[in-house]
Amino acid sequence: MLAKIHKMLLLITMAAIAFPSCGVKDSTISEAITQKSQSMPELGQIRASVANGVVTLSGEVKDDATRTSVEEAVKSIKGVRSVINNCTITPPPPPPPVAVSQDDVLSRGVADATKDFPGVKANVKDGVITLTGEIKRSSLPTLMKSLNALNPKKIQNQLTIK
Amino acid sequence: MIMALQDKYKELLDAAKASGVINLQQREQDNVLYVDGEAPSGAVKDKLWNIYGTIDPDFRAGDLILNISVATAVPGAKAKVTTESTSLNIRKGPGTDQPVVGQAAHNEIVTLVSKMNDQWWLIRTNSGIEGYAFAQYLSPQ
Repeated sequence: MLAKIHKMLLLITMAAIAFPSCGVKDSTISEAITQKSQSMPELGQIRASVANGVVTLSGEVKDDATRTSVEEAVKSIKGVRSVINNCTITPPPPPPPVAVSQDDVLSRGVADATKDFPGVKANVKDGVITLTGEIKRSSLPTLMKSLNALNPKKIQNQLTIK
Repeated sequence: MIMALQDKYKELLDAAKASGVINLQQREQDNVLYVDGEAPSGAVKDKLWNIYGTIDPDFRAGDLILNISVATAVPGAKAKVTTESTSLNIRKGPGTDQPVVGQAAHNEIVTLVSKMNDQWWLIRTNSGIEGYAFAQYLSPQ
């Protein structure tokens, strides 16, 4: 009787060693991850390795939310004991350089924008608009809004504000 | 230097984010901060300009280019003529060198037909005059 119990316990122990994660094989987990990545492309773009039910994720994701969502998705797979998330977040691409209008385009725009302000003189050179002369304070924002929309490099305001 | 300009105009940048300005870009190049974006309404654009005016009341620092367009400025939209007091010239083509074909009164509501560019919009008045007007004097409703 006792020997029989010992034998059973031995069998249970052996089974536990052979299938540590509640009987789900690592290869089954891997397949489940592959399956899941079909409906979750972010998961397909990273690497997942499985060892004894522990999944290690690595690769690049676009943001923190994606990093969390892929981890949660893997955690929900049956047999996964824990997830080591080594994913890094891809830095955003640098913004394109500032596009400055050509002087001829800028000059035409400046002529249109300053037309209603006879006291204002404007000069355009290398993308820089230089304003001289005088303007009423109440008109200044209107003029500046027009000039700022022309894509100048810089506006040097030397106007006398009255 | 980047941080300095972004700190100086922090209130403006924060307001732009909080007010739903889309495609908001802030770039710094040669000591000038370039802020571009599309405001959800003319009121939001005005608000941002008012903030700019509190940070640099004379617009004299020359370290910011604030280029904010208005999302509601789309074909079919109504816009109010916001000249200081005079009528707005409606021209045959996009440019002050183009002949005047008519005028829209101060505070008149006109229809935006299309946008030639950020400076010139093709508009139509209620009386049927169609031509180009300088966008700075048109506030999308």
